[in-house]
Amino acid sequence: MARFSVQPFDLSTFKRLSWPALRLDWRGWLERGRAFPWLSALIAALVMAPLALLAAELLTPNLALWEQLWRTILPSMMVNTLMLVIGVGAGTILLGTGTAWLVSAYSFPLRSWFDKLLLLPLAIPTFVMGFVFMALFDYAGPVATWWRQTWGQDFPPIRSIGGAILVMSLVLYPYVYVLARAAFREQSASTVEAARTLGLERGAAFWRLILPLARPQIAAGGVLAMMEALTDYGTVRFYSVPTLSEGIVRVWEVRADRASAIELAGLLMLFALGMMILERALRGRARYYQQGGGVRGQRLVPQPLYGWRAWAATGVCAALLGLAFVLPATQLVAWTIAELSQQTVGGWQQVYLQYVGNSMTLAGLAAGLVLVSALILMQGVRSSVGRARPWGRRLARLANLGYAMPGAIVAVGVLLLLSPLDHAINDLALSLGLRRPGLVLTGTLVGLSYAYVVRFMAVGYQSVESSFEKITPSMEQAARLLGAGRWRRLWRVQVPLLSAGLAAGAVLVFVDVMKELPATLLLRPFGMDTLALWAYFLAAESFWQAAALPSLTILVAGLLPVILLMRVGRT
Amino acid sequence: MKFKVFALGLLASAALSLSLAPALANGRVVNLYSSRHYGAIEKPFQKFTAETGIEVRLSQGSPQALLERLRAEGRFSPADLFLAIDAGTLALAASEGLLQPVESEILDKNIPAQFKDPDNQWFSLAIRARTLVYNTDKVKPEELSTYEALVDPKWQGRLCMRPASHIYTISLVGSLIQRLGEEEAEEVVAGWVANNPIYIDSDTRMIENVAAGACDVAVVNHYYLARLRAQNPDSVKNVDIFWVNQGEGEGGVFYNVNAVGVTKSALNVEEAIEFIEYFSSLEGQAPDETGFPGGNHEYPVNPEAEINEFVLQLGQPIFNTSFNLWEYGAFQAPALDLLERVGYSARPS
Repeated sequence: MARFSVQPFDLSTFKRLSWPALRLDWRGWLERGRAFPWLSALIAALVMAPLALLAAELLTPNLALWEQLWRTILPSMMVNTLMLVIGVGAGTILLGTGTAWLVSAYSFPLRSWFDKLLLLPLAIPTFVMGFVFMALFDYAGPVATWWRQTWGQDFPPIRSIGGAILVMSLVLYPYVYVLARAAFREQSASTVEAARTLGLERGAAFWRLILPLARPQIAAGGVLAMMEALTDYGTVRFYSVPTLSEGIVRVWEVRADRASAIELAGLLMLFALGMMILERALRGRARYYQQGGGVRGQRLVPQPLYGWRAWAATGVCAALLGLAFVLPATQLVAWTIAELSQQTVGGWQQVYLQYVGNSMTLAGLAAGLVLVSALILMQGVRSSVGRARPWGRRLARLANLGYAMPGAIVAVGVLLLLSPLDHAINDLALSLGLRRPGLVLTGTLVGLSYAYVVRFMAVGYQSVESSFEKITPSMEQAARLLGAGRWRRLWRVQVPLLSAGLAAGAVLVFVDVMKELPATLLLRPFGMDTLALWAYFLAAESFWQAAALPSLTILVAGLLPVILLMRVGRT
Repeated sequence: MKFKVFALGLLASAALSLSLAPALANGRVVNLYSSRHYGAIEKPFQKFTAETGIEVRLSQGSPQALLERLRAEGRFSPADLFLAIDAGTLALAASEGLLQPVESEILDKNIPAQFKDPDNQWFSLAIRARTLVYNTDKVKPEELSTYEALVDPKWQGRLCMRPASHIYTISLVGSLIQRLGEEEAEEVVAGWVANNPIYIDSDTRMIENVAAGACDVAVVNHYYLARLRAQNPDSVKNVDIFWVNQGEGEGGVFYNVNAVGVTKSALNVEEAIEFIEYFSSLEGQAPDETGFPGGNHEYPVNPEAEINEFVLQLGQPIFNTSFNLWEYGAFQAPALDLLERVGYSARPS
């Protein structure tokens, strides 16, 4: 009897893109690396330091400041943040689970296409979706205008908290979709069979049995989407929804009130920690075992739909895909074509390649640094033995915390840490009579790369972890039996095996950095404006047409991991 | 062995960052912190580089964010120039010792005294007025008069305004405090809030909303209407500008400037001064898209420079000149407090 579990959620479930692998012994050479525990502790410490600095601020709260914040902006910010996060959670779960069930349990026209294509909205950065929808659905936009002329009534306002929830749910639902779909697939057909012999219809079986069984993954996907909503900066700004993430930047910039910004950052960290605890609580209980029919491959057989039901299913999927991907992508393409010929905003030709270069450089650098750090961290965890072992794991988990933090907070933490160092370096140089070196940490790529590593460590780490999981001792034995020596095994088997997974991790970090706004905004050195910033600034000035070209470029880059994800879904 | 791979990776990343850090060591460059938005800067800067051979490297951000960055970086800031779309922010920078005085006959000749810092720490390059636009189908110009008159309950639900976080709102409210006093200014702003304006964080979109009828009157910078008329006249044919506070004793329309100062930490002082001098000259002040004011439909500061044709169509109002540019900075903090007290744009609309 085979027993298989519903995979508990962790980022890797989603971020896992490594290829199926041969097996060999990695422990042998890992455990010889005595330096790894120390190196990896150092990396973990570096990654945690900026956030720890902020957390320390929370231990010494400035009560007068809190009182003032409480009297003015804090209550509305907290209400908005909660509404947004809960709304996006509900929206993504509804859309993601519904479509995942449709494509898993039924067959209808174009089902196999939708199965993959429903992942596409993941390629669109939230703020890009935000401004495209604003241009299309705002009061002055074509849709609302047509609506008024046709129905004589106002179209529901898009620039509202409801609009922000809608827009974010449309681009973030694939997080739930991909996990829920995997959960439904992993459930054996016999579950449904058993339910049906007990007299439950397929629909009833879904509500009574299948949905509760898949609950951990669905909720986990929802939590992931909620984290994205919590850390969003661009969309909430466009939609005038003052949240905590946006408020921190606002208080820092507009009021030049660092003290309040840091206190608020501490509060937001509590929110993020709450999410991570929620996620762990869901994962902790996610141990539902099912008795399979002996053959793992016995999946739920999709039930054919006929007549209007079939077309309704197709229609629902088409409508969602149309709204969440085809519409924004088509609009961006149309704007880009128009911009290339008319040019509303001066001189994109001169700057486009430069910004592409900047984005690529930053994203490439960050991807490399994140993966190298993640590898070292992973080695440390793997090579720590005995009593050190659980500590290694805990350390690694803490080092992954940055993913739940808004970029602005990470950037603030990095500045708090590096700024005094920078000044000390310059003072030292001046006192030695040398030419001042400038801000070698915060004014260069160092500070920004550091922030990216803190922010996206989790993405790289989960990829590294999952690619190691694919290498099992029997692979090693097979290679040995065939007479391969240590070197040969390393270069011919391990490196290629790991590199595929690492490449996937690199792609994910790369795309995340391409989309990143707030940390880049606060920390970029001179001349390092990125495509995302360019698009954001243009969109903030309502130059939709000009903002389309950089947005479309980011979208195309974002398609890479989506395509990888589609391939994984096929195997 | 694995270690070698890491070491190689680390080395590669280090080499990459090092190779990128010292950009163009031999060319002349000027590092600019700029809060002027994209679209208004590319062509003038390209022309400047073509004429002088000085490369402009800029870092973009809101005026307040850049000021905060200058403060944090202090005397080690990599910026040579600080360009802000708000005189108050530069006045604050000057008062905090972040800028340095510039002596230049060219600047003395090109820029009238009212448009520069008394200590020559910053210089204005272009002028914008914050006034009203209205939907001509729904509002008669006679119904409009002053900023203060917008508290009238007849404007309930008919106004579009920029959120409190934007410097345009802050500096305008600062001018109300300066002109009317704290108490009366608070009544005015509270009166606006009582009329439930729609808060939109883009002047362009506010004008589009006026054209579409979401609101009837919006408080915007004049050049956004000029730009829309230049680009897409059909989209705003039912929108017109109203020059506010033009009557006797009403003070004149509130104006602000794009101004620039050389930072105290500047390493490229010569290039920085050349930058300001160029953009104060007739060439830099050109009314077409290559000029600093012209490219953004603003009024030039150089009295001899021509005004852009679309700006001329809007007219030439009386500016509120009793409020000196170098005093703007002191009113920022009180304006922010006031906006928060009356709950301006605290909730999404």
